[in-house]
This record gives sequence, structure tokens and C-alpha cells, in this order.
Amino acid sequence: MSGIFNSSIGRKFAMALSAFFLMIFLVMHVSINFTSVFSEELFNKMSHFMGTNPLVQGVMQPILIFGVVFHFIMGFILEFKNKASRSVRYSKNSPSGNSTWMSRNMLLSGVVILAFLALHFYDFWVHEMTVKYIDGDMSGLMDPNNADSGFRYYEELREKFVSPLRVSIYTVSFVLLAMHLLHGFNSAFQSLGANNKYTKSLKGFGKVYSIGIPAVFIFIALYHHFTH
Amino acid sequence: MKLTLKIWRQKDAKDRGKIVDYQLDDISPDMSFLEMLDVLNQQLIDKDQDPIAFDHDCREGICGMCSMYINGRAHGPDREITVCQLHMRSFSDGDTIYIEPWRAKAFPVIKDLVVDRSAFDRIQQAGGFISVNTSGNTQDANNILISKHAADTAMDAATCIGCGACVASCKNSSAMLFVGAKVSQYALLPQGQVEAADRVMNMVKQMDEEGFGNCTNTGACEVECPKGISLENIARMNREYLKANLKG
Ligand code: HEM
Ligand code: SF4
Ligand code: FES
Repeated sequence: MSGIFNSSIGRKFAMALSAFFLMIFLVMHVSINFTSVFSEELFNKMSHFMGTNPLVQGVMQPILIFGVVFHFIMGFILEFKNKASRSVRYSKNSPSGNSTWMSRNMLLSGVVILAFLALHFYDFWVHEMTVKYIDGDMSGLMDPNNADSGFRYYEELREKFVSPLRVSIYTVSFVLLAMHLLHGFNSAFQSLGANNKYTKSLKGFGKVYSIGIPAVFIFIALYHHFTH
Repeated sequence: MKLTLKIWRQKDAKDRGKIVDYQLDDISPDMSFLEMLDVLNQQLIDKDQDPIAFDHDCREGICGMCSMYINGRAHGPDREITVCQLHMRSFSDGDTIYIEPWRAKAFPVIKDLVVDRSAFDRIQQAGGFISVNTSGNTQDANNILISKHAADTAMDAATCIGCGACVASCKNSSAMLFVGAKVSQYALLPQGQVEAADRVMNMVKQMDEEGFGNCTNTGACEVECPKGISLENIARMNREYLKANLKG
């Protein structure tokens, strides 16, 4: 196996594997978020579990962070190498005749997602880490000294979606995620060598996934914004 | 037809090169694209100017030499043809037509529209063959049974003419469709099994060393390929490569 990740195909394997990981993570994330639309209690319980379970916090979270960082660094490396393989550009080029905009602009949609992730980390993750591991408050309660004050997660979530600016940024980012996935979902299968009699149906499923998941994220944001 | 041509002119590999404009009158829509260039070249020769250098040989879509990027597309606007199979009826009177060489670091321009595609030859030499004992006791080819499906799929892959349109049209100048086709044509047949692992490892290594880009699966190559080589060949190569690496 030595050197496989130094080869062009190996780098694509790595890219596809990290992407699969992120796509599975998105399903989990959207499922938990969606509970906030119909049950404050369930959302609070799940958030508390995810936020305090040692397996989630100590093992899954570091793997996730590694996965994201790996994916976007590899994305930049690939883009850099690919640009370098053509030193003189065409005076006239019409790539829209042979490929989709999404497929040619994975880095662009990726960078928007990355900018969103930075905001997202600042909004939720930095706050969570500060409360839990710096202030040492693992209770998940609105008032750590009052057991009856209730969990804080749901209220914090509602709070974030008050600002129309934040909701707009959120929406635009998820539209870009949908575009990233509209090419990426099937691309990841092709990278791993899966192109067979199931590919056609998988393309259909890919479309549903790529539009469906971001759409639910957007719905959740709009729901909390307009019911606040 | 009256045409304005914007053609890449470059004296030699070191020259910086530039787009030069030419006007042409009286072009018949029934001419092939290369005949149209022949007409222009005759006019240049008559005026004691340097004719435009371009590659061509068979002029019937089988040698893969006629490499030109026409109006932003490899081999021009039509699908599944080479430039020699392109006719002027695909354009309109008064059109402006850009004609450029393949652009890829691994395909350096030699002169005008002629590029050096020997990178493909070196990839082929790295593993695109089978070793057979030809010392007089070769067996009858029909002794080796091959399923119709495998024979057909291998034949489809083998129709690649090595033209390089896949590289030229790929935003990453990736050669994955060419190499995928060459790997597949052997991987699908029993004769190719013996050297399968070495073949894919060596051909991919050579492909990377030549400076072709990575594949983003945009699919531009498949659309521009004059022989309709399918992306399935790239997926097959990826599988072969993974298999070969797992074997160690
Ligand atoms: C949750 C977030 C993300 C998901 C689910 C995701 C998903 C995917 C998928 C499925 C692919 C296709 C992989 C393949 O072709 O084998 C891909 C490719 C790519 N991603 Fe992401 N991605 C995410 C975030 C990002 C970010 C933050 C960047 C930042 C730059 C990025 C940059 C790229 C690039 C450049 C490619 C194309 C690589 C290539 O083949 O040339 N992605 N992504
Ligand atoms: S795969 Fe198609 S486009 Fe690429 S070299 Fe072969 S025939 Fe030409
Ligand atoms: S000249 Fe041979 S393929 Fe066009």
C-alpha cells in the first residue's frame, strides 16, 4: 500500500472516503436538528447526550474534525495540482458544453461551505467547548445552580435564528452545499470505482439526498426564525 | 462561406505564441475542416508566408492525429467525431472560429497547432501490452474462451485512438480516460490477467510523472471523446488500482 496516497488515484480515494464520512455525518446532524421542530424535549435530550457522551466527544468528534480538515486541505491540494497541469490557458473555452458548473467549481462551493463552518464553529462549537470544558459546566442546564431551570440547548438554538442576516448566510451556504453534493455524491462513488448497473438509480438517489438534506437544514432555520 | 479565423501561431516550442486573425472567402459548406485549413495554407504559401502547422494523417477518424481545440471545444462543436470528420456545414456564414492546440503541460506545443503527445506513448510502454511467447508454439486464439460481454466491453475500450481530446477538454488536463481505456482493454480479457497488477501500477505511475492532473469526475472527457469511451473505464481502472495496491 506504500505511496498509494501519493498517487493521483490514491488522493481521489482519500477525498472520496472523507466525503462519504461527511455525508453520513450530515444525515445524523440533520436528524437531530429536525427534532427541534416538533419536540423541544427530544432535541434537548439528544443534544445533551451528544454533548456529554464520552464516546461522541472523545472519539467521534475528533474524527469528524479530522475528516473535515483533511477533506478541505486535500481539496486545495488537488485544485493546486490540477491548475498546475495546464500552464497556458485557452483563449476561448466553452466547458458548459461538456460538463456541469457544479463539477467544475467544487472548490468554490467548498470554500463557501468552509466559511460557513467557521461561523458555525464560532456560533455553537466554541460556545459549547467554553461552557463545558473551560467553565466546567457539564450540566447542560440554563442555570447550573438550579436543577429545575431546564436544558439550555433548545433556547440557544432558537436564539441563533433570530437574526435575519444569520439565517440568510445559513440559507445561501446550504444552497452551495446542495450544489457541492449534486456533483460530489456520485463523484465519490466513481472515485471508489463503483460504476455499474446500479449507477443510474444511485444518481436519482444522489439528487434526492443532495437537495433533500440541505433543504431540511434550511427549513429548520426558517422555521425557528419565523416562529420566534 | 465567409469566415474569420483566429488561429494560434507559435514558431517553435520556445516561442511565446499568439492568436493571429485570418479572413477566408468562398469556403464550401461541404469541405471538411482540414480542407478549409488546406485552402488557407495554400493562400499563405502563395503569399510566401509560413503555412499553419497542424497534425493529420488518416483523415478518416482512426489515427487520432488531428488535434485542435475549435471554438472552445476539443475537435469542435459536434459529438463523437475527430477534426477530420468535422465539416464546414457545422458553422455558419460570417462565423468567427478560434483554433488552438491542445493545452496541457504534458502536451507541449511543438509548432502552431502541433503538440507533442509522446507522454501517451510512454504511458503505453509502461504497461499497455501483454507478454506472449512467440517462439513457434503459440496456441490457437480460439482455445481461450471469452464471454461475449467481456469481448465487447474490451473492444469498446480498445477503440481509443489516443487522440488526447480527453486531456485537452479536462479542466485538470487529466489523462484518466485514455489510461482507463488502455488498462480496461486488458483487464477485461484473460490474456491481460497475468500482468494486471503491474500494468495498472506502472501506467498510473507514468501518468502521474508526466504531469497530467487528477480526475474530478466532471465527465468532460467522455463527452468530447471521438470514440465514446465511457467513464466506466475510469472506474474500472480505479478498482484495478485499489486491487493491485491491496495485493501489495
Ligand atoms: C459537510 C461538508 C462537505 C461535504 C459533505 C462534502 C462532500 C464532498 C463530496 C461527496 C465530494 C466528491 C468526492 C469525490 O469526487 O470523490 C467532494 C469533493 C470536493 N470537496 Fe467537498 N464536501 C464538504 C466540504 C468541503 C469543504 C469545506 C471544502 C473546502 C474547500 C470542500 C472541497 C471539495 C473539493 C475541492 C472537492 C473536489 C475534489 C476533486 O475531485 O477535485 N468540500 N466533497
Ligand atoms: S479516450 Fe477518447 S479522447 Fe481520450 S485519447 Fe482515447 S479516443 Fe481520444
Ligand atoms: S487525421 Fe486521423 S483521426 Fe483525424
